[in-house]
Amino acid sequence: MHETTIGQANAVSIIFFMLFVLGTLGITYWAAKRTRTTKEFYAAGRSITGFQNGLALAGDYMSAASFLGIAGLVSVSGYDGLIYSVGWLVGWPIVTFLIAEPLRNLGKYTFADVVAFRLNQRPVRAAAASGSLITVLFYMIAQMVGAGTLIKLMFGLPYESALITVGILMIAYVLFGGMLATTWVQIIKAVLLLGGATVLVIMTLYQFGFSYGELFSQAVKTYGDKFLEPGGLVTSPVDAFSLGLALMFGTAGLPHILMRFYTVPDAKEARKSVFYATGFIGYFYILTVTIGFGAAILVGQKLIKAIDAGGNMAAPLLAEVLGGSVFLGFLAAVAFATILAVVAGLTLAGASALSHDLYVGVIRRGVSNEKEEVKVAKTATIALGIAAIILGIVFKGQNVAFMVGLAFAVACSANFPALVMSIMWRKFTTAGAVASIYTGLSLATILILLSPTVWVDIIHKNEKSAVMAEVKQIEDRAKEKLAELEAFKAMDTTRGVSIDTEMLLTKEKADAEVKEAKSKMPKAIFPLKNPAIISMLAAFLVGIIFSLLRPEKRAEQKFEEEKLRSYVGIGAE
Amino acid sequence: MKEQKTAHDILQDPDFKKLSGQKDSISVILTIIELLLYFGFIALIAFNKPFLAQKLSEGGATTIGIPIAIGTIILSWILTGIYVRWANTKYDTLVKRVKDKIGG
Repeated sequence: MHETTIGQANAVSIIFFMLFVLGTLGITYWAAKRTRTTKEFYAAGRSITGFQNGLALAGDYMSAASFLGIAGLVSVSGYDGLIYSVGWLVGWPIVTFLIAEPLRNLGKYTFADVVAFRLNQRPVRAAAASGSLITVLFYMIAQMVGAGTLIKLMFGLPYESALITVGILMIAYVLFGGMLATTWVQIIKAVLLLGGATVLVIMTLYQFGFSYGELFSQAVKTYGDKFLEPGGLVTSPVDAFSLGLALMFGTAGLPHILMRFYTVPDAKEARKSVFYATGFIGYFYILTVTIGFGAAILVGQKLIKAIDAGGNMAAPLLAEVLGGSVFLGFLAAVAFATILAVVAGLTLAGASALSHDLYVGVIRRGVSNEKEEVKVAKTATIALGIAAIILGIVFKGQNVAFMVGLAFAVACSANFPALVMSIMWRKFTTAGAVASIYTGLSLATILILLSPTVWVDIIHKNEKSAVMAEVKQIEDRAKEKLAELEAFKAMDTTRGVSIDTEMLLTKEKADAEVKEAKSKMPKAIFPLKNPAIISMLAAFLVGIIFSLLRPEKRAEQKFEEEKLRSYVGIGAE
Repeated sequence: MKEQKTAHDILQDPDFKKLSGQKDSISVILTIIELLLYFGFIALIAFNKPFLAQKLSEGGATTIGIPIAIGTIILSWILTGIYVRWANTKYDTLVKRVKDKIGG
């Protein structure tokens, strides 16, 4: 086991991070002069090219959690980690085929623009903004808590100071530089992350003569055949299917991702940008998986798990082994930048739901001027930034991994069905949209609270560990007794048969006791870990039923105009 | 651009019908392929783990599951590429034709 400097303030990482902060603040200063109107604040004046937006989309999506988390999962669980990474990519083709172009042609700044296109503005915007805000908030809490823990683990900076640093920088980007600064922060971060990961993979593969076959045979040599086979991650097919739905269609319902399509000039650039984004993200996951396998062999699971039980430090540890503290410092700074960029994107999406959808669309009934809306959006940015810091501190030390799952479940249940039906279905109505969004939102949230992830692992954590402790006690006792009997048997061979019987009885008794103890195990009220299969289907069904029950002549008439604009882009902003 | 025809008229135009019909088919077909690709992979994991655990070559370590997983990622990207290529060439030509008609 080699020594690691992880967790100590590293001069190199501080210098790299300072450079990143100075650079991005410089960009923010430049962007501030170009961020006066709503179009500039929310959509960077629609001046971003398809390629740039592709990088920025990738930047929004490749969080520190996925970089460190997937590399860690692969290093600890092998093939199961790879399964997970596939799920994170497959939503992007769906965005390309069904969402990107109609979204760009029909909307202005938020996906609520599209849902409300031919429906009653106020109720629909209120519902869509709720879906957006809940998605953004859960995603944000997960990011902030992850950020505090990660920065503490890497730099030794106290949790609270880390959160305040992240919060202040992210407020500065969004408040002064709006979407233009946020986009460039994303682009720089994406280039750094992809570049850093590429260098790390080249250094890793160099150790194996640039042969994946060699990498895998070494992995099998150390950890056995099981390491390259699907294991325990997918136990129930229904659960796997449900998680798949959430990942696939949740991606197509993430407000901060959808919002990025308004930064490009037209639908053609929007479609190009998803193609680039899918390529970058797919490439990134292949790199991350390689890093995970490399870390398992070159660092070793023992050290990886000693630093962090979940394996989150696998990638930084590998960087240290291969490139020393300089490369570790660089990668740590990149991870910090990654967190910063993702929360900035989330804050902007949340702020636009508050100002564009709730304030202007609902409170002011669509009547507002540019100046006022930008002011409200900026106030919302500050409020959200402070909320993010406070929530991060409130949830310190809590298990928040389920919150990303919850964000995806809400995105695929509340946001995606309403969006798709409003684009494609002539008979979709206000009643249908509102009912669908609130059904998806509440079902996804409630079912997650009742699921094994929250109900058993978090709410009834103590009961669960009590049961686990009791089971262990029973097993230990039985083992002790068996060892005793074994010793007897060795001493006194004449009583062999009766000792065998006694051993058998001991085993049976222990098994019965374990079974009884386990019957006290708290049970989840809802059996699936991810509710998408229920909540998403329910949102579609409720949307259809309410639309058919409460037809809306005006919405139906306006569908032709919507269709023309959606396909051809006439009248698109 | 001046709109001389109503949206209703344009929607009845054969050029628009061709454009929307083609786009709908391409989008639906590609979406179904992507769904089959991913949920096929999930089904293999759920119902046929031994298949994925087979070794790719005698004496090698790499299992069939690895190229299948990586292949799913790469194929997904290729599918988006197919769509974008089609849209940039064929679809945009049709869009231009319809727009020219309206602009009249």
